[in-house]
Amino acid sequence: MIVTFTLNGESANARVEKPLSLLDLLHDELGLPGSKAACEQGECGSCSVILDGQLVCSCLVLAADVEGSEVTTVEGVAGDDVLNGVQQAMHEAGAVQCGFCTPGIVVAATDLFARNPRPDLSEIKEALAGNICRCTGYGAIIRALEGLAGRP
Amino acid sequence: MTTRTTKAPGQVAGGVGDSPLRPDGVAKLKGEFEYASDLVSEGMLWGATTRSPHAHARIVSLDIAPALAIGGVHAVLTADDVPGSALFGLEHPDQPVLAGELVRYWGEPVAIVAAEDEDTARRAADAIAVVYEELEPFVDPLEADAAEAVFRRMQIRRGDQDAVGTVIVEGFYEVGMQDQAPLGPEAGLAVPDGQGGVDLYATSQFVHVDQEQVVASLGLRPEQVRSHPAGIGGAFGAREDVNLHIHLCMLALHTGQPVKMVYDRGESFTGHVHRHPALMWYRHEADDDGRLVRVEARIVIDGGAYASTTSAVLANACYFAVGPYRCDSVAIDGAGTRTNNPPCGAMRGFGAVQVCVAYEAQMDRLAAELGLDPLEIRRRNALATGDVLATTGQRIDTPLPVVDVIDSLAAMPITEPPATPLPGGSGLTSEPGHVRRGVGYAIGIKNLGFSEGFDDFAQARVRLTDEGAVVETAAIEVGQGLVTVLAQLARSGLGLSRASVRHVDTSQIDSAGSTSASRQTQISGGATLEAATTLRRRILERHDGDDLDDDGVWRDGELVIPMSVVVDESWEETVTFRHPATERPDDDGQGFVHADFAVAGHRAVVDVDPELGLVSVVRVDTAQDVGKALHPQSVRGQIEGGILQGVGLAVMEELVMEGGVIKNPTFTDYLLPTILDAPAVEALLIEQDGSWGPFGAKGVGEPPTISSTSAVLAAIRDATGKPITRAPVRPQDIAL
Repeated sequence: MIVTFTLNGESANARVEKPLSLLDLLHDELGLPGSKAACEQGECGSCSVILDGQLVCSCLVLAADVEGSEVTTVEGVAGDDVLNGVQQAMHEAGAVQCGFCTPGIVVAATDLFARNPRPDLSEIKEALAGNICRCTGYGAIIRALEGLAGRP
Repeated sequence: MTTRTTKAPGQVAGGVGDSPLRPDGVAKLKGEFEYASDLVSEGMLWGATTRSPHAHARIVSLDIAPALAIGGVHAVLTADDVPGSALFGLEHPDQPVLAGELVRYWGEPVAIVAAEDEDTARRAADAIAVVYEELEPFVDPLEADAAEAVFRRMQIRRGDQDAVGTVIVEGFYEVGMQDQAPLGPEAGLAVPDGQGGVDLYATSQFVHVDQEQVVASLGLRPEQVRSHPAGIGGAFGAREDVNLHIHLCMLALHTGQPVKMVYDRGESFTGHVHRHPALMWYRHEADDDGRLVRVEARIVIDGGAYASTTSAVLANACYFAVGPYRCDSVAIDGAGTRTNNPPCGAMRGFGAVQVCVAYEAQMDRLAAELGLDPLEIRRRNALATGDVLATTGQRIDTPLPVVDVIDSLAAMPITEPPATPLPGGSGLTSEPGHVRRGVGYAIGIKNLGFSEGFDDFAQARVRLTDEGAVVETAAIEVGQGLVTVLAQLARSGLGLSRASVRHVDTSQIDSAGSTSASRQTQISGGATLEAATTLRRRILERHDGDDLDDDGVWRDGELVIPMSVVVDESWEETVTFRHPATERPDDDGQGFVHADFAVAGHRAVVDVDPELGLVSVVRVDTAQDVGKALHPQSVRGQIEGGILQGVGLAVMEELVMEGGVIKNPTFTDYLLPTILDAPAVEALLIEQDGSWGPFGAKGVGEPPTISSTSAVLAAIRDATGKPITRAPVRPQDIAL
């Protein structure tokens, strides 16, 4: 079947002939490698995307199910800017090490700030509870996002 | 004419002591950074691996025909197809490239396939018909020890073996098998060069040693195999050993096409080595003042089915078995056993983590017996520069601020972080009135760089280009920030503000050694700094100048040669840096075995629900001996990340084994700390001159993981009064 959907603001279509996840469609078929496969079971958040306004793990979504949907991946979060506010804050705070979790955290944090521009620490932690980072211990990520929220 | 005052080298923007932005940060934040798992090549095939479902079995027959019958399958290779050395290994080649007659651990590769897409490759790997005769798995490390099934024994004897103290504590301690769990899976791409050779781009911590093993097993000449640094999603020791590297090159050369392979998470858990589980018996004797009189220990770590780095991990466990403390009568016996458990090898801390769980518990028990404060007993025994290491007898001739670490921890206020979750987290299972708070301390020590006479070196090349200085290296960036710090060192060494790092393959530069043992900042960093300062000196000599900056060469306050002219002169300098030579120990484990040491201490604050056995780690504060913080922001990143891996080992991370089978090889079942599990961290960096690293820098990657686990266990003991002799602590260890 042909799946037609909106991907990062532009119309996209793809032929889907097998039980393919949205993650595999994005990463392997559509040339968007930012969404990462790390656990394949929705535990680590490395493949996070925004699907019709909802933060989801793209490894748990069937590609065929995005027909008519709007999908935003890490490649789309900054629009025409080089980096969005979340990305810039993370860059400056040293919140990137190996970077494998980074796209998923960028997407989840961008989703948080779109809903709540001044989250407190509890809200930041709750929003990122589905994203595993093995390198940073989360400290620099928290400092980045608290700074962006205008909190100490 | 431009005139200005001369400035001292080392003060250049983006040099050491600054925290410049990561050069790969933007690409990583935008999802554009290319990891090994993202690589593609024209006409590429996909590889997959057939793995043993048994921990110990004889291969009765292996039929590849069902796999070859699947459309799109280009190759199926078995042990018979390995062209060169059938065995590989990081230190001792004892591991079959593909198992032939026997499988010795669960998940051991027995065949590999290449097919036109990933699904077909995996289906073909599953279709290979292997008949096994199951054998009893040999999984008990103590039985292995008794049966002399060991990779190495260590015996350390130092001082008067009849020394006795007045206060004696004995204990048994256990550490479970931890996994590095890097988020990026094992992945790689091998591309045949059309002339019988191959280019390999794969996850690695040490491309030169991968290349050597590929050359041996493929029966090629060294110049026919080029191993290229590729994008790495974390490592922590998991990428020192070969896993898919030889397989990929075999498939690529057999098919004549590029072949890619990416392990899924379950394969990743079997495809790399783990932290050694440990069993430890300890006896400490002290005098009435709490000074150590004698330490005896028996340490058994399980190396699993193949050698990997078990010999070196065992040695480290034994060398640091007393911790950062003085003691003149020591007897340590260690064994690294061979079983049918998964192979264990390098993980951040490398043997020093396991023993710290034991010796720090012992120090707390001694303190309790004597009525001493836990920090006071450590202060009374603290090693200092000029002392000898209790185990090897080696005099410590570099800065070792153990007392400063202890005093710094004692002076740090305990503040209540906001938003501290109760034990059990958002499940709200704990009754707040029942929660008990505890505070615990631990101090850890580890060697930096390779020890025991290993020729530990790194080569780096600095070239001057019209884009600034370029550092060429094969030292692997795993996320720690090597690409940032080498550029900083080039800037500071040259006095130029523009510098970058370019990774080159094994044919273009000599080895940088492994990105392990906390060594690259010191050793590849040392090579980079020496190359940069030498280049600066040569340029100034050539032009009789007295300063070099972005504008060019200066003499007496005048710009005499513009940078564009200097660049056209094709300057480059290649340096091989070595740390002070070490030696192999004698039969009693004595000798100048280590080139340098680092110490760190941790204070953990925990909340425990004693009825449910649940723990919330509230904060972990630390003081760490860093020599010189070259990139303070990255040092903090290493400290916070390392502490959380230590917290993980303390309260949740363990590969659960049953008859040699890993029962939890998924991120659902192998628990990793999330942001809700992360404690608040206050870190104090202790800087002292005198180490041999660039600007006196010490490696900072491992010390945060060594004593953070022990500090959390101590805090749980403080909260509960339970002995807590095992990491990770389980609910039943607290509640029952």
